[in-house]
Amino acid sequence: MYRYDEFDQAFVKARVAEFSDQVKRRLAGELTEDQFKPLRLMNGVYLQLHAYMLRIAIPYGSLSPRQMRKLAHIARTYDKGYGHFTTRQNLQFHWPKLVDIPRVLEELAEVEMHAIQTSGNCIRNVTADHFAGAAADEVADPRPYAEILRQWSSLHPEFSYLPRKFKIAVTGAARDRAAIEVHDIGLHLKKNAEGALGFAVFVGGGLGRTPMVAKKIRDFLPERDLLSYVTAILRVYNLNGRRDNKYKARIKILVHETGTEELKAQVEKEFLALKESELKLPDADIRAIETYFAPPKLKARPEGDAAVSKAVKADPGFADWLRRNAHTHRNPDYASVTVSLKGIGEVPGDATDAQMDAIANLAEHYGNDEIRVSHEQNLILPHVARADLPAVHAALVEIGLATSNAGLITDIIACPGLDYCALANARSIPVAQEISQRFATQARQDEIGDLQIKISGCINACGHHHVGHIGILGVEKKGTELYQVTLGGSAREGSTIGEIIGRGFAPEEITDAVETIVDTYLAQRENREESFLDAYRRLGPAPFKEALYGHEAKAA
Amino acid sequence: MKIVAANRLTDGETVWLGAGDRWVETIDAAHVAQDTEDEARIAAAGSAALAANIVIDVTLVDVEIAEGRILPKRLRERIRAGGPSIHPEIGKQARKAAQHAA
Repeated sequence: MYRYDEFDQAFVKARVAEFSDQVKRRLAGELTEDQFKPLRLMNGVYLQLHAYMLRIAIPYGSLSPRQMRKLAHIARTYDKGYGHFTTRQNLQFHWPKLVDIPRVLEELAEVEMHAIQTSGNCIRNVTADHFAGAAADEVADPRPYAEILRQWSSLHPEFSYLPRKFKIAVTGAARDRAAIEVHDIGLHLKKNAEGALGFAVFVGGGLGRTPMVAKKIRDFLPERDLLSYVTAILRVYNLNGRRDNKYKARIKILVHETGTEELKAQVEKEFLALKESELKLPDADIRAIETYFAPPKLKARPEGDAAVSKAVKADPGFADWLRRNAHTHRNPDYASVTVSLKGIGEVPGDATDAQMDAIANLAEHYGNDEIRVSHEQNLILPHVARADLPAVHAALVEIGLATSNAGLITDIIACPGLDYCALANARSIPVAQEISQRFATQARQDEIGDLQIKISGCINACGHHHVGHIGILGVEKKGTELYQVTLGGSAREGSTIGEIIGRGFAPEEITDAVETIVDTYLAQRENREESFLDAYRRLGPAPFKEALYGHEAKAA
Repeated sequence: MKIVAANRLTDGETVWLGAGDRWVETIDAAHVAQDTEDEARIAAAGSAALAANIVIDVTLVDVEIAEGRILPKRLRERIRAGGPSIHPEIGKQARKAAQHAA
């Protein structure tokens, strides 16, 4: 893991001191709310329906056990005993008191964490593949580059007042697990024919009010040019991005209105001027950052196969969990474990302080001291010996986090929605809970296979509904909640935006509608190997429309 | 009919303008403005409290009286008054439940 150097430590401490003073002045009435609001937002402090909310950055979703314990401690001491992991690999506390936040930030700084740039029109937390450094299909670890981008973007004087927020995601595998095509910049780390590392660069993706899939503007950018090229993109955006209309201010609108070829030309022109500047990354610097992410020294554990097959025979629950929640590791003696934060009927992404402590213990005992947060709102233990999987599973059963549903219909992404969020128009979490309960049985979930449901409580799309295989968007209509359904979205490589299937559904209808969609898929799929998404792409919306609304047309 | 809702500056707790322009922690104790003149008065009181750094996010909320209790018309404000609907054990609704049990 990356460790703060003296500069990082001093920088975060100085920021805590600065914000603590701002809070003090606010409480003393020396700053008005209008003056204070942009300052608090720059430090991750929002106001929601019931309280303030503090959003803490988890760079590229990587956490140490010590950091996880600190989050548990904060949940217990300053909040209501739980935290919410988000679709940007961050953590939100939903009940902090403003008077306590300076102390919380001090405590976070003790473990090299902060809340800087988790809000505001700046470059936000850089996200990455949650299996980075572990996955068998990875070309190279994307985290060193995410860390370089983090250092470069932190309080970047030129990019602290962008037209709108700016999100970057990096993946190091062909299988995109970081949703890079729906980010402002998506970077796909790969090797060229000569074996050199570089990036395919995507720009202008995003969800929200105007969902768009990013356009590829570079097939191979040498790694040394990462900062010059990203700076060139940001410069073009900062100069030309719209500031007159908040809803048209993201780079996706600029890319769309300018045209990909013209925008690419502008970026390349800017890049040419920057290419040989101080932004050019010396090889030694990249390799130095890489050493922080050196893979853990994994002991040979050849007894894994025997231990796993014994446990599979003894415990069908373990067999289910192994099939869904263990991911192939580059070292055949090891696996990456998905700790599901999607227990049946639970709140997606929430973990209690006790669960956080328990995960920290597991990471120490079995996980080579590493924890990840996935954008799918689960936790990951990236390096677990297969021989230890039965023990890890047993420990997860004890803390209620052994649900065998990674990638299944109950592994639902949901934003906090109207239960917490001041921007929301409808609730998301109760919809997720009801769908989860409807499809609770393992056999039914396995029969359905890979299916991603994503739910947002407003058009801002924190729940990524546009890229759900089944997407659900909550709106307010005549004072009540209504849920619009989109089908066929995907955030994987070759991302697609889901299509609205028809009129929305009332809260008491939405789970039935999802069931109708799933039943239609099961009836029409060619075989078990044809996933929901593949079937939808083959069939199109017609059979789903007919199943959902056909009786209405007949009645009319 | 309207009431004034806000969040307390120091801790973010949702509060409403009550009798005597005091900020109260339960919606049941909110002062309900029955006419436009009273609405203007409570709105002004809310703005004054914002300026005095007592509360933030001051909003006028449409309400009705249902079974003798103040009920906001919008779901948003009903959830704001009770707490997260998914966590009946947390927030103001939990305090109310505890009072009923006592």
